[in-house]
Amino acid sequence: MSPGENPAILLKAEGLQVRRGGALVLDIPVLDIFPDQVLALIGPNGAGKSTLLLTLAGLLKPSRGRFSFNGREIGAGRGDVEYRRRIAMVFQEPLLFDATVFDNVAAGLKIRGTGREEIGRVVPRYLELFGIAHLAKRSARKLSGGEAQRTSLARAFVTKPEIIFLDEPFSALDPPTREALIGDLERILRETHTTAVASTHDQTEALRLADRMAVMNGGKIAQIGPVAEVINRPADEFVASFVGVETVLPGRVLSVSDGVFVAAVEGGEIQAVGHVRTGEGVLCCIRPEHVTLSTNVPPPGTSARNVFSGIIRTITPLGLFHRVRVDCGFDLVAYVTRQSLESLFPEEGKSVIASFKATAVHVIPRQT
Amino acid sequence: MELILEGIRKAFFLIFTLDAEVLGITLLSLKVSGLATLISMVIGISVGTAVALSRFPGRQLVVSLINTGMSLPPVVVGLFVTIFLWRNGPLGFLEILYTPTAIILAQAVIATPIVTGITLAAIQNLPANLRLQILSLGATRIQTVWMLVKEARLPLLAAVMAGFGGVISEVGASIMVGGNIRGYSRVLTTATVMETSRGNFDIAIALGIILLLLAFFVNAILTQIQQRERPR
Repeated sequence: MSPGENPAILLKAEGLQVRRGGALVLDIPVLDIFPDQVLALIGPNGAGKSTLLLTLAGLLKPSRGRFSFNGREIGAGRGDVEYRRRIAMVFQEPLLFDATVFDNVAAGLKIRGTGREEIGRVVPRYLELFGIAHLAKRSARKLSGGEAQRTSLARAFVTKPEIIFLDEPFSALDPPTREALIGDLERILRETHTTAVASTHDQTEALRLADRMAVMNGGKIAQIGPVAEVINRPADEFVASFVGVETVLPGRVLSVSDGVFVAAVEGGEIQAVGHVRTGEGVLCCIRPEHVTLSTNVPPPGTSARNVFSGIIRTITPLGLFHRVRVDCGFDLVAYVTRQSLESLFPEEGKSVIASFKATAVHVIPRQT
Repeated sequence: MELILEGIRKAFFLIFTLDAEVLGITLLSLKVSGLATLISMVIGISVGTAVALSRFPGRQLVVSLINTGMSLPPVVVGLFVTIFLWRNGPLGFLEILYTPTAIILAQAVIATPIVTGITLAAIQNLPANLRLQILSLGATRIQTVWMLVKEARLPLLAAVMAGFGGVISEVGASIMVGGNIRGYSRVLTTATVMETSRGNFDIAIALGIILLLLAFFVNAILTQIQQRERPR
């Protein structure tokens, strides 16, 4: 957020601490959740992602901390039914009731005392939205993993929550099922303008769904910010090692020809390979080990379709090799061995040619 | 051998002609054990659910006591209920010793730990996050408890049937606190014991068959419940 901009904050947590058996398992001085945005919590097991989600959802009483929701202070822990009726949560396990899919999706509405007629009108819309309308009358015990998680998501969305908390919602699913469900969830989150906080240990999941990303470690938020910023400029070694130092460039497809497409990114154009359509939003991810640096223009004998001239901004030693950040209109990170670095471009501020192959670009479709 | 065959023949005659005495004993048994089970259900499901969902110091001890209570010997229960209901006992003023009410009381004491113990296990066996999931759907505490109990309805039904199976076939406590008074506090088990000791094998076999049939139905339903696949 640039200074001067003061976006509305939907949920604010301050001085949040959770202790378990004397040990501090969660320690978050401040966390803001902005409306209409998806925040991804990413981090290793035991980083405190689930604890944070449960605390924010009013399901776990923190040792200390204050919350304000829409500017109004809310009670921490399970006492605040009013707050719980304005949020929803989806767990890694579908946790369905022993009833039909329809009755499962209707559960939150029944709890709120919604009339039968209203339920009959609203529930089918959400069954449709999550592609499970044909399963309405089926027992929840007879669903596949993907169908069960769709039911669980529909049950959460049907109450039109102001924030939805998702605790590793796809971890238990096999890759094709997960892929389809992530695509649908991404679309539904955008269409319904739902604010969401989702934990994951999968970076691709975070990239596809999230606007902002918080990297957690040891109960603390190591870094929080827009997804591309966190990945392009990791604040510390942990974040860098966990999110994998990558260059992530949000862009839009300008043209497609023969499987190779050109995407406009801030400060340049990138050629990459992927199943995309013109006009579509994409994230172009380039791993630093795929970027070649040289002093010649153009580098002789290369098949790289992406060649940029830029200026070396920073050189960070990482043991056996160096991490070099090059400004080519956008920031590009490259790994270079110590020997190459010393012989070719020993200092920051020097001009350099950066190149990488179109096939080295990992393309993630994004609807925004 | 002839004794048994003749006994079985006469037993079926008694059952199918709806012999007044056999019918009366059967109905009293069902009524007494049914009421005792009902009482144990109300107490057992409430206490079992409460213990399963709460954390308090000494909880482990309470759970151990409930589990011990599940194998409470009926004669011991009979002994203590008799002492309590004895003319000079703490509950002597009720004047219900040697009445069907006393049997209901004793059987409720036997069945309650069984229902409590199985309820406790059933609620604890629900997925750990289910309670949080229900709360996150906006449920109040009472709605949450009700939905959890509903989710455990099959094992809870099993708990109730196990309680009923335990008391309908129990003889020690019934004979001690009920007195086996003909046409008044005589139930299937106490009558079977008495008729056998008197050598009236036909009636004893008839009563035995009815008891077996009851046990069979209870177990058949229990098996049916247990064989259903568990919800995810």
